[in-house]
Amino acid sequence: MTTTLLLQVVVSGLLLGAVYALFSSGLSLIWGMMNVVNFAHGEFVMLGMYTAVVVWTAMGGGPWASVPIAAILIGTLGVLAYFLLVRHIMRGPMLAQILGTFGLALFLRYGALWVFGANFKTLPDDLVGHSFILGGIRFEGSRVLAGAVGFIVTVLLHLLLTRTSVGSRMLAVSEDATAAQLMGIRPQRMQALAWALAGAATGIAGALVATFFYTSPTVGETLAIVAFVTVALGGFGSVLGALVAGLLIGVVESLSAFLIGPVYKDVIVYAVFVLVLWFRPQGLMGTT
Amino acid sequence: MVELSRRALTVGAASAAFAFATDANAEGVVKIGAIYPLSGNSASAGNYEKMAIELGADLVNKGDPELAKVLPLAKGGGLSGLKGAKIQMVFADNQGTPAAGQNQTLRLITEEKVVAMIGAYQSGITLTASAVAEKYGIPFVNPESVAANLTERGFKWFFRVTPVAADFAKAYSAFLKEQKAAGRKVDSIALVHENTEYGNSVASVIADVFAKDKLNVSMKVAYSANSTDVQPQVLQLKEKNPDAAIFVSYTSDAILYAKTMKEQNWKPAILIADDGGFNDPAFVKAMGSVTEGLISRSVFAPGKPGSVAAICDALYKKKTGGDGLDDVSARALQGFLVLADAINRAGSTEPAKIQAALRATDIKPEQLVAGYDGVKFDDKGQNILASTLITQLRNSQYVSVWPKSRATSELILPYKGW
Repeated sequence: MTTTLLLQVVVSGLLLGAVYALFSSGLSLIWGMMNVVNFAHGEFVMLGMYTAVVVWTAMGGGPWASVPIAAILIGTLGVLAYFLLVRHIMRGPMLAQILGTFGLALFLRYGALWVFGANFKTLPDDLVGHSFILGGIRFEGSRVLAGAVGFIVTVLLHLLLTRTSVGSRMLAVSEDATAAQLMGIRPQRMQALAWALAGAATGIAGALVATFFYTSPTVGETLAIVAFVTVALGGFGSVLGALVAGLLIGVVESLSAFLIGPVYKDVIVYAVFVLVLWFRPQGLMGTT
Repeated sequence: MVELSRRALTVGAASAAFAFATDANAEGVVKIGAIYPLSGNSASAGNYEKMAIELGADLVNKGDPELAKVLPLAKGGGLSGLKGAKIQMVFADNQGTPAAGQNQTLRLITEEKVVAMIGAYQSGITLTASAVAEKYGIPFVNPESVAANLTERGFKWFFRVTPVAADFAKAYSAFLKEQKAAGRKVDSIALVHENTEYGNSVASVIADVFAKDKLNVSMKVAYSANSTDVQPQVLQLKEKNPDAAIFVSYTSDAILYAKTMKEQNWKPAILIADDGGFNDPAFVKAMGSVTEGLISRSVFAPGKPGSVAAICDALYKKKTGGDGLDDVSARALQGFLVLADAINRAGSTEPAKIQAALRATDIKPEQLVAGYDGVKFDDKGQNILASTLITQLRNSQYVSVWPKSRATSELILPYKGW
């Protein structure tokens, strides 16, 4: 086994991890803002993917067109979900919150099944340019784009939350909505904004993942599990944590699948997961 | 429960009315129960099978002049052995669960009074449905489930027409040995399979048969079908670079492998995909352009003009509005024709006589829709003449390339890919 090959595996893992981070950041943001777990998160990703498929089949547009469209569409979906559903179930018991977003997930999944059919769809593989070789390592255009955007969007979200006044207001609402309201911040507006941002980030993730993954109404299930693990490992509510955790999971998964065998990779990933939570129950970068 | 029995009553009333109507202008009707996934995950396959069986019933009841020349059963006017009795199909939805399969079979037998059963696609459901038929002494013909244990239960009323994993493995082995004899390098073979019942069982049968036949399986890769990523596996394959690779996969993972193999620019000289996901029309549509020359198996190839297969394919296309027979629908139609032939020879609707006729079944290959060597059941109810064709993907369409006697196109190697 050569070093180049091993490097190739690590690079694949890092690019995969950046994508994991991208489609986990929205979930993390909503948890951090409202202590609500959005069980429909995977379905948001799925709808972002279908946006890319529709943009391509209807007008032949690549990611340059589908990414902004998906960001707007899924961002809007996030706001609608907040005003029509989440805002109301927030007043109910914890179980209502869980079942509420879970119901939304089923609604979106079977809605997609009805509209798009059960068949798998894929985008042409040269939509994002061809692969290139650098230092003996192959880079696939679509994965590099998804990984890079994943990295940038996650960092931008983090900066928005920690370095801007909007971010401070959002965090204030998440700390204590009543106190924030006394300070002249409108909590509902901030929470709606969080859902819009989370939706937009998730939509972008979906549109980019669709360039190298298959799209089907049930794909959200497959992807959501990774998102939940990433968020828990990174620390609930920490967007930067999701980035670190995503990269870590991507590399651990790739290396263990390559060196030990693909059926064992989940065992290794979850072993790392449990170990980290053993020592840091709040996750890598979460706060207690 | 109330809801269920009310629905059962409506269906019962409707079919009773229908039976009455047909009774009025024919000698009688023969009721056959069919249990298939008409809703749930496998609904697409189930509905195609339903259409294939409906076509079969039409062939017996109404007939087709061209097909009648090669297949006497298709003369029309019902079953000649039963004074022209018409076949009436009663379909039930197995809903993709073994429990529903069991309940619906019970309903078909006790309420609808069917004289024989056909079904049920998923092996796990065929398992429970056929157990009910066994208990009531009703013949159960299974056209398509491949789990080995189905014919190992000592059942007396169960008949399986389809080839099983061991038949496929033997076909691959014979095919590869032929390539070796023709001078191709087949010294190392990779076996890549998803790790649930389907992938594990098929892969282990292939490994056993290959070991016996002195074919070297140099690496085995088991993976989970709902993986989000298969890059490491493809890199492993690229490093070892086996002469041939055999994939046992579902659709989603088949797509990921096809995409990733192109991304990492790796292809073996011979790439075999064991049916499954690689034969899904969705896979062929999405990935056909980057998997040119992929080898798979199918029991169906349209065959030469005027053959039973070619005529049935054309009739089926008319019925579905464009989709031709494929591996699954051809097996369903074949299963139905085997049952209809047995009832016709039995000359009776008595289950025991139909069972005896099924045991005596001996159908020659030229009378078959599916590409088997014939139909003849052993004591366990398995069709010992079941076999498979080897197909190759050309311009996003599978054509049969092996065995030579039934090939419609020349085999082209090495695998081209993209």
